[in-house]
Amino acid sequence: MSGHSTYQPQSPFMKWMERRLPIAGLVHSSFVAYPTPRNLNYWWTFGGILSFMLGVQIITGIVLAMHYTPHATLAFNSVESIMRDVNYGWLLRYLHSNGASMFFIAVYIHMFRGMYYGSYKEPREVLWILGVILYLLMMATGFLGYTLPWGQMSFWGATVITNFFSAFPGIGEALVTWLWGGYSVGNPTLNRFFSLHYLLPFVIAGVVVLHVWALHVVGQNNPTGVEPKGDRDTVPFTPYATIKDGFFMSAFCIVFAWFVFYQPNFLGHADNYIPANPAVTPQHIVPEWYYLPFYAILRAIPNKLLGVIALFGSIVILAFLPWLDTSKVRSARYRPLFKQFFWVFFAVCIGLGWLGSKPAEGGYVIAARVLTFYYFAHFIIVLPLLGIFEKAKPLPNSISESVLKEGVPIGAPAPAPTTKV
Amino acid sequence: MTLKQTLLVLAAAATAVIAPPAVAQDHSHDSPTPPAQKWSFSGPFGKFDQAQLQRGFKVYKEVCASCHSLSLVAFRNLAEPGGLGYSPAQAEAIAAEYKIQDGPNDAGEMFERPGRSADTFPKPFPNDNAARAANGGALPPDLSVIAKARTYERGFPWFIFDIFTQYQEQGPDYIHALMVGYEEAPQGFTLPPGAHYNKYFPGHALGMPQPLSDGQVTYEDGSPQTIDQYGKDVSAFLMWTAEPHMMARKRLGFQVMIFLLVLTGLLYFTKKKVWKQVELHPEQLREQRAPTEYRT
Repeated sequence: MSGHSTYQPQSPFMKWMERRLPIAGLVHSSFVAYPTPRNLNYWWTFGGILSFMLGVQIITGIVLAMHYTPHATLAFNSVESIMRDVNYGWLLRYLHSNGASMFFIAVYIHMFRGMYYGSYKEPREVLWILGVILYLLMMATGFLGYTLPWGQMSFWGATVITNFFSAFPGIGEALVTWLWGGYSVGNPTLNRFFSLHYLLPFVIAGVVVLHVWALHVVGQNNPTGVEPKGDRDTVPFTPYATIKDGFFMSAFCIVFAWFVFYQPNFLGHADNYIPANPAVTPQHIVPEWYYLPFYAILRAIPNKLLGVIALFGSIVILAFLPWLDTSKVRSARYRPLFKQFFWVFFAVCIGLGWLGSKPAEGGYVIAARVLTFYYFAHFIIVLPLLGIFEKAKPLPNSISESVLKEGVPIGAPAPAPTTKV
Repeated sequence: MTLKQTLLVLAAAATAVIAPPAVAQDHSHDSPTPPAQKWSFSGPFGKFDQAQLQRGFKVYKEVCASCHSLSLVAFRNLAEPGGLGYSPAQAEAIAAEYKIQDGPNDAGEMFERPGRSADTFPKPFPNDNAARAANGGALPPDLSVIAKARTYERGFPWFIFDIFTQYQEQGPDYIHALMVGYEEAPQGFTLPPGAHYNKYFPGHALGMPQPLSDGQVTYEDGSPQTIDQYGKDVSAFLMWTAEPHMMARKRLGFQVMIFLLVLTGLLYFTKKKVWKQVELHPEQLREQRAPTEYRT
């Protein structure tokens, strides 16, 4: 469903430019004339929201870095000086720290939307895998960034996470010492984490370009999961998708601003306002909320090495989703059983998140084991079997037909034209 | 599935998963929940009460400061908007009451001089070890951000309601509770030597002896001179030291909210109008869309 450039430069300068570097034509064909399915609902606006959040994080982050000191004895107070003495420093820092949470809220919605509507299936496998890589990069960036304020949770979170690598048989200890730049998390660790935290967002931006490129080659999936068959199934990206993305981005910013201005510390942890102290371990070491499900998986498994393998496996398995799901039907709309299993899986992820915030003891561990088993079973057992045994509902012949049949889905207020366009 | 239906399912799924497994006993829960106080600075339009901050500052100066530092707060902060409301001259005068170690001078010696408004509050002890030695081995924490560094667990479902009610005063509530929470250790509770029983402190054995008593600090504005009032005032003061730009933040937040609500509304109606064209004049789309090869 790829479109060709129809860009016609108007001014003499743009004509001159277009013959030498057709960048305006590229933008025009990618973000203006690009045909997008007409029935996309609001869950499809989160790709745009994610790009916006990446921009917010990079801009606020660059300014914060101008005032931040990555040194074990100075970092905590330099963050406090940003909060107190830098003009609008409190705004920059709260935008950045809450921005990370908003970024993850958006990426989780984006991923669950992809799972629900089968957006990972042929021919979008590479698009999906690039997304999994982006998610991994985001997790790394978020973790590195959380270390920088050098509070108690920063320090002990970094200690716990880097200790994963000590589970490697044989070379574990040496590997961790190498990662730390010493025999414990310390100043060299903080320095390299800051350096990498500054680097990774630009790597993310690069992979985002590949992700969008792949998207524009294969075209967007849509709520029916049926490929657009003709112009009657699509609308041009601008103004239709642009205005819709803009509206929902603005609505998303209301939630973002609510946290930044009214609840700036709600998503953080109080212990991170205590300066890092290697001699005092916090009562419960808890990662940021967006890692909690994976933290629960890690702690559910009694063996350290296997726990770490399960933790990474739970993310890596996502990359194999296009082949684990054996059903030819994309959208959960036409897969009655899959739809139910999807919501069970969703509930399991929320449940793992809740368990990740609880101490690893007693019934919590048993519950975490059950849910961890189900998490993997969803990919390894449920999805492959569903494709074989599930009887899908009949698919509509085209997007425009489904729009007509089902009344008016969100985002497609118009019934299809009856005359051929 | 519409957005609304989906949200309902999400809510149902979340409740189903989170509600039932009341599986384990969390041992940190044996302290009672600090009672919620009325704070002038809570909510979207919350403002610090200048008189209360000044009283709380007096409590800090006359009581807490003998052991607890306030190292991130400068005297000039006392004269900044959204805070205690002192004039720059008053802040300078307060600073001059303190002796600050400076130097080295031209002779290479450290010397003491009266404080200036750019100075931060001097620490009561030269170093942490000296502080420990003077306090039976316990280190009195710095109080600059203590109101954000102390909390208690809200638990489900309260932490979800808190998003909407904007309840976030766990810190000041806890500090107030700690001030009024000293009592005799119950029967059978063995208190380690040098520790003091406080019903709100996790584990109950607190190194700090009861710091406040009724009538200890003289208030000139006629406010009650009780532990309860001292506790409230010093908690409010410590909330200000932890978040000195809170009033500016909430004021800007309200403006941003109004702007975003109007913008979102306008974008919504623009979007509706633009999409009407798909319905009314689909033939016009032909020109706008790139010629496309569709997979069939």
